[in-house]
Amino acid sequence: MNAVKSIMLRREMGIFVAIIVFCIIVGLIKPRFLALDNLRVIMLFVPLIMIAAMGEMLVIIARHVDLSVGSSLGFAAMMTALMFKTYPDVPLVLGFAVAIGIGAVLGFINGLTVIVFRLPAIIVTLGTLYLYRGLTFIASGAKQIDRQYIPGPLKAMSANAPNYWLPWIVVIAVAVVLLTYWFANHSRLGRQVYALGSNPSAAPLRGIPVTAVTLTVFSISGALAGLAGIMYASRWGFVNPSNTGWGFEFQVIAAVVIGGVSINGGVGSVLGVVLGVLLLGCVSAALPLLGIPGTVQSAIYGLVIIVALVIDQSVRERGIQALTTARGART
Amino acid sequence: MTDAAAPASETPLIAARGISKSFAGVEVLRDVDLDLKRGEIHALLGENGAGKSTFAKILAGVHRPTRGTVALNGQPVDISSPIVAQKLGITLIHQEPISFPDLSVAENLVLGRTGGSPLGRVPWTEMTREARRLMDLLGVKMDVTKPMRGLSIADQQMVEIARALASDSRLIIMDEPTAPLTPKEVDTLFTIARRLRDEGRTIVFISHRLEEVRMLCDRVTIFRDGNKIATDTIGNLTDADIIRLMIGRPLREYLHKTRAAIGDVALKVDNLTSPGLFSDISFEVRKGEIVGLGGLVGAGRTDVARALFGVVPAASGTVAIDGKTVSIRQPSQAIDLGLAYVSEDRAVSGIFRTLSVEENITAAVPSQIAPGGVIRRAIEKALASESVRKLRIRLASLRQPIGELSGGNQQKAILARWLLTDPSVLILDEPTRGIDIGVKAEFYEMIGELAASGRAILLISSELPELLALCDRVLVMSEGRLTANIPRADATQESIMHAAVPRTRVAA
Repeated sequence: MNAVKSIMLRREMGIFVAIIVFCIIVGLIKPRFLALDNLRVIMLFVPLIMIAAMGEMLVIIARHVDLSVGSSLGFAAMMTALMFKTYPDVPLVLGFAVAIGIGAVLGFINGLTVIVFRLPAIIVTLGTLYLYRGLTFIASGAKQIDRQYIPGPLKAMSANAPNYWLPWIVVIAVAVVLLTYWFANHSRLGRQVYALGSNPSAAPLRGIPVTAVTLTVFSISGALAGLAGIMYASRWGFVNPSNTGWGFEFQVIAAVVIGGVSINGGVGSVLGVVLGVLLLGCVSAALPLLGIPGTVQSAIYGLVIIVALVIDQSVRERGIQALTTARGART
Repeated sequence: MTDAAAPASETPLIAARGISKSFAGVEVLRDVDLDLKRGEIHALLGENGAGKSTFAKILAGVHRPTRGTVALNGQPVDISSPIVAQKLGITLIHQEPISFPDLSVAENLVLGRTGGSPLGRVPWTEMTREARRLMDLLGVKMDVTKPMRGLSIADQQMVEIARALASDSRLIIMDEPTAPLTPKEVDTLFTIARRLRDEGRTIVFISHRLEEVRMLCDRVTIFRDGNKIATDTIGNLTDADIIRLMIGRPLREYLHKTRAAIGDVALKVDNLTSPGLFSDISFEVRKGEIVGLGGLVGAGRTDVARALFGVVPAASGTVAIDGKTVSIRQPSQAIDLGLAYVSEDRAVSGIFRTLSVEENITAAVPSQIAPGGVIRRAIEKALASESVRKLRIRLASLRQPIGELSGGNQQKAILARWLLTDPSVLILDEPTRGIDIGVKAEFYEMIGELAASGRAILLISSELPELLALCDRVLVMSEGRLTANIPRADATQESIMHAAVPRTRVAA
C-alpha cells in the first residue's frame, strides 16, 4: 500500500498519466497509432532527442541551461561527415570518437565561458548557438554532405528493416540513459550536480568543486549532442549546414522540462526525462497520422507541451498536499 | 592528545595574529590576536557587525584575511578555502543553516567530504546507516532519506551539527546555533559540545544569549567595531561587564514598558483550526494591549499568524476585527482590514533583497505612492525618509539595496513598511531574532509606543525575558493548541515553559 502510494506521489506520475491519456485518445481516433509499425516511427524519432536530453538534464539540474545543443549537434555532425567524405576508409568508431570529442570541446567552451566570465549560461549558450552554427557554415562552405558520402554501415544503424527489430541507435540511446542514470544517482560527481543546482551559493562552502562540476555538465551535454550529431547522419543519411540540428534545442529543453526537471535546478530524474522525451515522440508521431497539416503542427506541439506541464503541476501539487498532511498527522 | 606532559598541549590549537579584513575598503576586522586552546569552549561575543562572524569565517576559509597569519598547532597555515579548512579539521556551522534542500538528509551529511574519485560510487546504504547513527547521537528523530526541504530550521540546524560530528573536526565553530532550538535540543547540543570538548576538541560558540554563554563556555572573547576588546575566563566577568565591553557604554534598563490604556477588543479569534497545524485557537487582543504568544519552535505559533494574515487561511473558526466578523483569504484583504504581519523569516518572506530601502518601505502602500497607478517618486521618497527618521534606520542612502543593511536595520525597515499601512492590529513574529542588544532596546521602546498609540499587538517570541517584560498577557501554544493564557502578574519563565512543553515530555 505504501509502495503504491509512494509511486503515485512521484513527480513522474503526472507525465506518465499524460502519455497514457494522449495515446488512448489518439488511439481511439486512429487505431493505427497503436500499431507496431508506428511504434517503430516513434522509436526512430526518439533516440536523438533522448541522448541530447540526458546531457541537457544534467545542465539544467546544475541550474544552468545549454541552448547550443542543436548547433553543437550540427557542427559535430558536419565535421564528422566532412571526415567521412575526405577519408572514406576511416573506421566507424573513429567517426563516433570525433563527433563525441568535438561536441565535448564545444560544451567545454560553453562551461568555461560561464565560469571564467561569470556570465549566465542562457546568454553564453545563446551566443554559441549562433557561433557554432556559423562555424558549421564556414567549415562546410555552406554545402550539404550528401548520402553517398555517409558510410553505409552508419546508415544501417538506423535501419528500420524487419531484421533489425531494435535499430542500433535505439540501443545506443538506452545505453546512454542507463549510464546517465548511474552517473546522476550513484556517482559522487553526479550527486554534486544536484547539490550545485540545489543551492549554488552553499556549494563552494561545502567543498563542492563548482568549476569541475560546471565544466563536466556542459562537456557531457556537448559530447552527447555530438553523439546525437553522428546519429543524425545515420538516421537521415545527410548533413545539412542549416537544417541539421536547427531548432533541436527547443525539443530537447521541452522534453527535459516536461520530464519534471526544475528550471530552478536541483530537481529532476532520468526516468522523468525519458517519459518527457517519449511524450514528445508520441506527439510528433501522432500529428501527421491525424492528418494535421504541417502549418498547424507546431501550434499543436506547443499546446501539448503546456497541457503536459499543467497536468504535471497539478499532480505534483496534490503530492505536496498529501505529504504535508502526512507530516501534520505525525506530530 | 590528552598527554599533559607533551609540550604540544601548551601550543594553542589556533593562534591568530594581526588578523585584519576589509571589504571594499571598509575595515571590518582590525589586528585581531586570538588563541584558541585545545579542549575549550570559547565564546565570541559582540554586537552584530562587531566582527566576530567575520573572524569565524576567516578561520573557516570562507574569507581570506587582508593581513595577518593563522597557525594551527604552531604551524602556519593558509586557510584558503572551506575545503582546505575542512581538511585541516575546521568546521563552521553557519548562522543560516546552509543545505541542499533537494538532497536527502543523509546526502547533506556526507556531501563535500573529501576523498574518493569523482566517479566513485555513492555508498547509499552505508551513508544512510551513518546518518542514522549521527542523528541518534544527537537524539533527533528524523527520516534521513527524506529531502532537506520541508525540515524545520531546528532540524536543519541539527543536520549541520551532525555534519561537523561526521567530519570529526578539531575545531567546530557554531555561529548562533541555539537561536532556533527548543530547550531540550539546546540541552542536547550543550551535552554534545561538552563531550566534544572533553575529547580534546575546541568549540567556538557565537551567541547573543549571555546565560547560554555562561552555562557552556570556558573563556570568552569580546569584539566591538572590528576590534578584539578582551579575552577572559568567563568566571572573571559579570554580565554587566560583558555588556559594557560589548557596547562600550552601560545599557540602561530597557525592559521597561510604559503601560498603555487598554481599550476595546480589536482582534477576536474563535476556534481557529487548520488540520495538522493547529486547532481550536481562541483568544482576543484589545487596543493598546500587547499579547505575547510563547511556545517552542514548531508549536504552531507562526502558522496561526499566517492564518490570521491570510497567507494560509485556516480551515475553520472565526476572526473578528473591531467586533465585525471577517473572512481573510489572502494578505491583501488582511492589509485592507488593518492587519500587519512582520514575519519571522525576513530573508524568505519579508524583504525584497535587491530592491532599495525606499521601495521596500513603501511596498505595502502602493495606492499612497502611486495614485492612479503611476509611482510618484517624491511621495515615495518623503514617506520613506520620514520612516527612516522615525525608526532611526541606519543607512547610506534610501536608494541602497536593502540587502546591504544590517539585520536589525532591515527589520526596522520592514516594521516601517507595515506602520505606513497604519495598522490597527500588528502581528510581530520573532521581531528581534538575531539583532543586536542595542537595536533590540529600540525595538522594545517602539513596540511600547505602538501599543500606547492604541494598536493591538500580538507578539510571537521565543525569548522569555522579552515576553515577560513587554506583554500584558502571555498566551502559550504547545503542539498546535493553546495551553495557557497567563496575565502579566502571574507570568514567569517557569509558568510559560510549563505550558510550552508538550505533556508527553513532561512525563518523560
